[in-house]
Amino acid sequence: MKVGFKQYIGVFVIGAVYIILSIVRVDWAVQSSKVVWDYLKEMVLILPPVFMLMGLIEAWIPKNKIQKWLGGDSGLKGIAISFVLGTLPTGPLYVAFPMASTLVRKGASHTNIVVFLGAWAALKIPQLMVEIKFLGIAFTLLRFVLTLATLIVMGLIIEGVLHRFPDKEWLKKGDEQVEHSMMDTREREV
Amino acid sequence: MITIITIYGLLAVGLVASLAKSKEKTLKACMIAKKAFLKTAPSLLVMLGIVGLTLGILTPETISKLVGAEAGIMATLIAAAVGAITLIPSLVAFPLAGSLLRSGATVMTISAFITSLVMVGMVTAPMEVKELGKRFTLLRNGLGLFAALLIAFIMGVVL
Repeated sequence: MKVGFKQYIGVFVIGAVYIILSIVRVDWAVQSSKVVWDYLKEMVLILPPVFMLMGLIEAWIPKNKIQKWLGGDSGLKGIAISFVLGTLPTGPLYVAFPMASTLVRKGASHTNIVVFLGAWAALKIPQLMVEIKFLGIAFTLLRFVLTLATLIVMGLIIEGVLHRFPDKEWLKKGDEQVEHSMMDTREREV
Repeated sequence: MITIITIYGLLAVGLVASLAKSKEKTLKACMIAKKAFLKTAPSLLVMLGIVGLTLGILTPETISKLVGAEAGIMATLIAAAVGAITLIPSLVAFPLAGSLLRSGATVMTISAFITSLVMVGMVTAPMEVKELGKRFTLLRNGLGLFAALLIAFIMGVVL
């Protein structure tokens, strides 16, 4: 597997911004680097087990199961499952994207993915505790109900749009990926 | 802390079950994990850099100055924009929102800040594009911003 230079262009650009910043505004550069360090520590602790879990899901849970639980015909049950999965205390949002990607490729509907990501970001249980403490129970409850309702509507809209205008570029990339992993299994079996 | 216990707990259960059933398949899972990690690493690093920049520049003090204690619609829009751009951990965001509320910001402004913070992720967008596609990301974040403003408006009227 080749890790091309191209994939790291963004990283170099960000690096350059930090270097420029450390000349122009040292205080901003110092503050930003501190934040990066804090987040890096967190990511190093959280990401390896998350990717490992994704690998296990990929290897063990067959496509038709995910399709049945979270696919286009899963209806309210699918939404409920996505909602519960999202609210569990399982870390920051950047953890959710690789998971969502795995689920979509295994047949989850876009409605359910929107609810899953939305619940993950907006309706997490530990986060709600903090919110009640600082903003009160009325604020928290009202926001919870309104957010859940809009998430479901958003999910249905996005599902509809992507059904009519599929993201061909992204779908093509996915097919290549599947081919790659199939090739790998074949290599391993040989 | 709860997060870390939950994730490692889930992994431990999964790993034990997987190893008990098939060593072969567990190895395959490891390979898939390694590959996915290498593939995601660049966008993770970019995200990390952008998070650093936004939080390093838009500190809680700067945000309170920006959002301020004014009651106008302008303050609400600024709050929504700040919420959409930044990725602030809830342990920082909610106390900040609470103190803004006490110092005179309206409920509408505070809910615009909180809802757009959790519904829209400019900082995580590069990663979202990579994992779920450009179109999905644009739709989700665009509609999310609209929904955030709508929710803020309703909350401002009700509370």
